[in-house]
Amino acid sequence: MAAFQERWFVISKTVLLIIVLAPLVGGLVAGLFRRQVGRAGAAAAAIIGVALSCVLSFWVFYQLAWGGAPVFNQNVYTWVEVGSFGMHIGFLIDRLTAMMMVVVSFVSLMVHIYTIGYMADDDGYQRFFSYIALFTFSMLLLCMANNFLQLFIGWELVGLASYLLIGFWFKRPSAVFANLKAFLVNRVGDWGFVLGIAGVLYWFGSLDYAQVFAATLDPVNAARTVEIIPGHPWSVTTVICVCLFIGAMGKSAQVPLHVWLPDSMEGPTPISALIHAATMVTAGIFMVARTSPLFELSEMALSFVLVIGATTALFTGLIGIVQNDIKRVVAYSTLSQLGYMTVALGVSAYAGGVYHLMTHAFFKALLFLGAGSVIIAMHHDQDMRRMGGLAKYMPITAITMWLGSLALVAAPGFSGFFSKDLIIEAVGESSRWGSGYAYFCVMAGVFVTSLYSFRLLYMTFHGKERFVVEPARGGAHHDHEPGHLEHPPRESPWVITVPLVLLAIPSVLIGWSTVQPMLFGGWFGGSIRVAPANDVLKVLGQEFHGPLAFTLHGFTQLTFWIALAGFAVATWIWLLNPGLATKAKKTLRPIYAMLVNKYWVDDLYRVLFMQGGVGFGRGLWKRGDVGVIDGAVNGSSWIVARTAAVVRWVQSGYLYHYAFAMIVGLILLLGGLWWTVARIAA
Amino acid sequence: MQFPHLLSLLIWLPIAGSIVVLALRSRPEVARWVSLAFALATFLASLQLWTGYDRSGPLLQFVESQPWIAALNANYALGVDGISVALIVLTTLAHLLVVISSWGQIKDRVALYMASMLAMEGVLVGVFATTDALLFYVFFEAMLIPMFLIIGAWGGPRRIYATLKFFIYTFFGSIFMLIALIYLHLKTGEFSLAAFAAAPLDATEQAWLFFAFVAGFAIKVPMWPVHTWLPDAHVEAPTGGSVILAAIMLKVGGYGFIRFSLPIVPDASHEFAWVIIASSLIAIIYIGYVALVQEDMKKLVAYSSVAHMAFVTLGIFIALALVRTHGNPLGARLGVQGAMVQMISHGFVSGAMFACIGVMYDRLHTRMIKDYGGLSQPMPWFAMFFVLFSFANCGLPGTSGFVAEFMVILAAFQDSPLIALLAAFTLVIGAAYTLWLVKRIVFGPVTSERVAGMQDLNPREWIVLAVFAIGVLAIGFYPKPLTDLMEPAVQNLVQQLALSKF
Repeated sequence: MAAFQERWFVISKTVLLIIVLAPLVGGLVAGLFRRQVGRAGAAAAAIIGVALSCVLSFWVFYQLAWGGAPVFNQNVYTWVEVGSFGMHIGFLIDRLTAMMMVVVSFVSLMVHIYTIGYMADDDGYQRFFSYIALFTFSMLLLCMANNFLQLFIGWELVGLASYLLIGFWFKRPSAVFANLKAFLVNRVGDWGFVLGIAGVLYWFGSLDYAQVFAATLDPVNAARTVEIIPGHPWSVTTVICVCLFIGAMGKSAQVPLHVWLPDSMEGPTPISALIHAATMVTAGIFMVARTSPLFELSEMALSFVLVIGATTALFTGLIGIVQNDIKRVVAYSTLSQLGYMTVALGVSAYAGGVYHLMTHAFFKALLFLGAGSVIIAMHHDQDMRRMGGLAKYMPITAITMWLGSLALVAAPGFSGFFSKDLIIEAVGESSRWGSGYAYFCVMAGVFVTSLYSFRLLYMTFHGKERFVVEPARGGAHHDHEPGHLEHPPRESPWVITVPLVLLAIPSVLIGWSTVQPMLFGGWFGGSIRVAPANDVLKVLGQEFHGPLAFTLHGFTQLTFWIALAGFAVATWIWLLNPGLATKAKKTLRPIYAMLVNKYWVDDLYRVLFMQGGVGFGRGLWKRGDVGVIDGAVNGSSWIVARTAAVVRWVQSGYLYHYAFAMIVGLILLLGGLWWTVARIAA
Repeated sequence: MQFPHLLSLLIWLPIAGSIVVLALRSRPEVARWVSLAFALATFLASLQLWTGYDRSGPLLQFVESQPWIAALNANYALGVDGISVALIVLTTLAHLLVVISSWGQIKDRVALYMASMLAMEGVLVGVFATTDALLFYVFFEAMLIPMFLIIGAWGGPRRIYATLKFFIYTFFGSIFMLIALIYLHLKTGEFSLAAFAAAPLDATEQAWLFFAFVAGFAIKVPMWPVHTWLPDAHVEAPTGGSVILAAIMLKVGGYGFIRFSLPIVPDASHEFAWVIIASSLIAIIYIGYVALVQEDMKKLVAYSSVAHMAFVTLGIFIALALVRTHGNPLGARLGVQGAMVQMISHGFVSGAMFACIGVMYDRLHTRMIKDYGGLSQPMPWFAMFFVLFSFANCGLPGTSGFVAEFMVILAAFQDSPLIALLAAFTLVIGAAYTLWLVKRIVFGPVTSERVAGMQDLNPREWIVLAVFAIGVLAIGFYPKPLTDLMEPAVQNLVQQLALSKF
């Protein structure tokens, strides 16, 4: 029995390898053999791969959470070895990782199933499955890493998957612009990230998490400084953490590297749900939580994280209020929620950030997939100004989206309530530099979230129908005029609604059973390290008396009333008084212009980096290369001209003449050399 | 059981092949098959180096030595370490692929073209295999001849300008190298590299020798600001010429730094490392911006080669400061290994990029980016390969391009975070110029009727690109066999660097 238990409750490397590789195999089959396996075969291959991964992830999660399995930390193979610098591929599976694996594989599986319906009419069906399975592989590789090398490999491969998927409809110029933009902005973040990794290797002598985190306990390492600019000693952990966090700002779309995420909505909707809401964009949050032993050493880096997160949380949410594209509203909401997670990291409430990551993954995937369901019903029109009153046509979508939105606005009792309210309270408890500003931002953000969420629901599902139903004229499928449908919108098929329902369940309920252990019960154990002085969650935990008490308490809190105010304003403007919005737009024109133009950040970047970069390059090329260098080469050497004259004479057109001349030249050269040297030697 | 004169075989088999093929001038089809047979045989023989090189044995293996010019004490001396083995196998593989891919590209004077290619193969193997400086010099110069012929005879409209520029540039540099070698010979009475490395040299001598070597090798690499011959040469060269130029010939420069500059003049190399490092950093950033605005695909990839080769020189010369100033030989090994992996990786990636451009050129006879657009629709297989190699070109993990850049950046950080900061800018600018190219060529709507009519890869092209792809991915996912092969040589080199010559 003991032997059986030992085997049963120890995580096996084989299982982990299957978890990672199954989606890769599925993706390769779907991609490379797309002709042989056909549409159904490709879908099956990818879904089986991801389903296998998902089931085994749940199994590993169970082993860790209830089976008492020890943390798994082993290398699979050595990637490069230079002396004692070993770089490996390996897995570190603890509760933090296991939670990520479950979230990633579960949401991914839902999205795979949803894709069957959503992409049914698309020519690139197999290609799509191969990309999303490839993404799942990369994301799991990232989460399961036991070292910075593999983290970075996964980090970049998810970037690749995101690039391929944003540009999935590669005939659209806007899509291939957006994917290039996304990759390049992410690369700016990775510029910092790779330097952070280099710093880790240099100052801690290893890329292995376990070794690095053990070294952080040594006070010598914590106190070490470096003078990159002479005369300014900086703490090495601050340098490392700020660099690593710049990477996270790229991937998790924090201000000022947030500009790529709204444009990424050019990709098909399942992708927006999977990559650009639930999983990939949370990689930065996960990374910071994973490296919490490093971040805990640097108060300055955490303040940096806090201020960036708070700014993102409020200011990107504001843009969401003026968007009319349903997906873009949800996209800006994602940016804002990522800001909340980052704020949590910034006040050392890593568990809170990761917890919000989890709840957000469910309800935001739900909102995106719901938006996708609406988009299908509207024949791929995404403009909410041409929707309205859809609730009666598609009740399942409407109800699940309401549930998802209630979770998003942190209605007491919903999953988002537990995670978001605790972040806000944690910020209130914190005395870190920047926490006052952050507290204002996250509080104001509650109102903003409520405003754009209910605006979306009203404009989409309620009020007057702003589309026209016209039966098709003349049979053939023609391009639709926006807002004109051939038949009334209808509820989506089961492959779409079932994932919605399955995601709605955790969106509503998951907080009840998880909040106590994950945030206050030390569930994450050694995966996350918080210095006792910074442990705001512990303070909150003393006042926490179970989810029910917390929910009831929630109704008396300021945040609840702020959210309710947002709900009231949204209801007033977008449900009861249509036309008020237009009036408000006119009175508040400067603010409206600022929000619609996204604070002109994109325009600034376009001028500065795109046009500036091309102009700079052209200057260097024409002036530097062609002007100065070649000018010197061509101009100064009249010999070249003379030689050319000779060559023109020799240029008889016969190859062997050239060859002969060359060989003669070489012989003369070598002969001359020999002669000279022999003379000197003699 | 090893063939006793394997290195000689690898040098002379292709050269013999070139003579045989030359005799088949009237029968191009036969000439092709015979060339293929020779290239394949050479490649298979070179695999014996890879399998037969004993990683725990002595540094130099497969050693051969015959007196050559007795009066000068110059020997026909061959011998390889892991660095040379890797480069030789890359050379034979690249030539095999070039022979296969030129099948449909070269219609005119086939036998001469193939003969030049085979001759070049032998000469390039010779460059990497010899341990005698004079023999090295002969091979070093001799490789210009077939390349001169290939560009001059099968090149584009401005081929005369390009060949002259190419020839004079490189010849100019190598003259200085020759003077340095003569000086060293007078000093030691020998031409063996080991004797040169052991010769005591004072600071002034080393400084002169250092810059003489730089003149020879920097132009080959090519380093900023002596790089301007490369874009012109590439633009005019036929595809096969470009592939060999990018994949192999540029490596001779980096190889020269490792074989000559570092062991022979370590103190001067240390003293003047900043010059090389500065030039490398300028190349990474300046050339990155220049690549961004190119309108000709070949020029773009040529400039990108200059930026990538800068990682080779950076990795090599960072090692000196690490060993001598920081007492960090481990970091130095990381840097040199990174430089070496970059040489091999760039061989695959740039070779593949030029092969891809060749595929497009064969169909549309233009290299201008604006003439293409939306290729993923008529040519899905091609698009897949092109996107893969492009990502390798911008250093995506999982491809060989990442391994080297990552190692060099890590090593550079140990010398100075600022150097690493500037070098890591390649992550942004490299992605910008490469993926912008991809966007304009592969994605978007099909821009013209001619593009719409382009045929996807034929089996021969498919095989060539697939072999490149396997190399790129194999090194990307599992670089250890490659670094293990080179590790003894790198370790030995770094030990040498620590010792001052005065």
